[in-house]
Amino acid sequence: MKSSEEIKNDFPILKNRNLTYLDSGATTQKPIQVINAIENFYKNYNANPHRGAYSLSIEATEIYENTRTKIANFINAKHREEIIFSKNATESLNLIAYSYGLNNLKQDDEVVISIMEHHSNLVPWQKVCKQTGSKLNYMYINSEFELTKEEIESKITDKTKIVCITHVSNVTGTINDVKNIIKYAHKKGAIVVVDGSQSIPHMKIDVQDLDADFFVFSGHKMFAPLGIGVLYGKREILNNMAPFLMGGDMIEYVYEQDTTFAPLPNKFEAGTQNVEGVVGLGAAIDYIEKIGYDNIQKIEKEVVQYAVEELSKLDYLTLYISPNKENHSSVISFNINGVHPHDVASILDSENVCVRSRKSLCTTTYEIFRN
Amino acid sequence: MEDLTDVYNDLIMEHSMNSYNKRKLEKADCSEMGHNPNCGDEITLELKMNGNIIEDMAFSGHGCAISQASTSIMIDTLKGKTIEEAKDIIKTFIEMIKRETTDEEELKKLEDAIAFKNVSNMPARVKCALLAWHTMENMLDNFNKN
Repeated sequence: MKSSEEIKNDFPILKNRNLTYLDSGATTQKPIQVINAIENFYKNYNANPHRGAYSLSIEATEIYENTRTKIANFINAKHREEIIFSKNATESLNLIAYSYGLNNLKQDDEVVISIMEHHSNLVPWQKVCKQTGSKLNYMYINSEFELTKEEIESKITDKTKIVCITHVSNVTGTINDVKNIIKYAHKKGAIVVVDGSQSIPHMKIDVQDLDADFFVFSGHKMFAPLGIGVLYGKREILNNMAPFLMGGDMIEYVYEQDTTFAPLPNKFEAGTQNVEGVVGLGAAIDYIEKIGYDNIQKIEKEVVQYAVEELSKLDYLTLYISPNKENHSSVISFNINGVHPHDVASILDSENVCVRSRKSLCTTTYEIFRN
Repeated sequence: MEDLTDVYNDLIMEHSMNSYNKRKLEKADCSEMGHNPNCGDEITLELKMNGNIIEDMAFSGHGCAISQASTSIMIDTLKGKTIEEAKDIIKTFIEMIKRETTDEEELKKLEDAIAFKNVSNMPARVKCALLAWHTMENMLDNFNKN
């Protein structure tokens, strides 16, 4: 088992820039194993998958498609074609909003999201609701930054068609009980979109156990390069959806006035894909599996506990985390009383400490802090 | 990294924490809101004119120490100036922050606002320092149009 010191040594930038990097929620740094995998791809395998009849292109296709299978296994998808490559979680969510939301929502239907959603799981639904005449309803959090059963069950109704929920909040670190939310939403006839961007770097994901209809995540928050993301969707739902982007490789036959589309997964992967990103994501998954989620959680628990203990000693600092340790991942939000976060970040930056600062990414969640 | 005390100096800290310019004007001729969407800083400037001269100014809003102090010091600098003088000072301030002007003589007209000179070494904070000045620029343009 790798120690935290050995793991730290895998990340060249930490040494090269002498960093204390505490902003992995925004994007993780990349281990040498991922960097090497990308270099190796360009030195030995680069070609356009699915295009050429020459062996190099076939090898590139194999690498690309084998990674799809690797991801399917990693999150326990039933079928490999349920894995669609995208640019990031944001694009995956837009794909769902446009291809599923716009075509399935009607006047007076309801979409339910939580107040702790990232803008990427909020703004697309605002647009889709406006366009279809559906209503966008919010589940609010209590003073411990958690969604109560009562809140969930009062907001998800027989009119609800889509529920969107983040697995782990990027602001409070709250781990939402998505399995039970999904169970309840299904009872009411709604489908559920889970934003796993902040959970998949920290915990084992089993989409079949969760029974999620859609599960999305970004590669770059789990050690993979920027610009690669994943959309998981249940096969029967994806099969009934219209394509999102049109172009090469997502078609079956093209006539002058009409086109038939390729089957899954190509239907949703128009144009030349980010193969470098896919290779990097494959290497990132190998890296996570080599360390093991058990080990990741053990180290995280120690670090979070230490940080919370030490930060709690500072009387000029306010912490915004759930007191319920079991429901808290590794995001630690805090405020230095009377000092604007942007000033705090500049001062920490002068000591090479990288933290996220702002009135959080989620304006809506931030309003709760202020009130 | 710049020595932080060059940026968070006494003048800037004083204006950011307890500015006498943070108030409401009795009878403002116009007001203008400025907003940095990616950090959430928000200010509203109020302006009282006497002919072509800026007679009084005030601001409200919230944000980091640099944006708040920059707003307050800008008000001190521009009060009593004509619209043309104000526009010229704003132009010089923006050039100083973007490092397009380093001429000491030229910068003298900025008065206390010269305290923000070192922000030009902190790219991440440039927009904090410029928020009020861009907002003021817009307000004066709109005022001229009306």
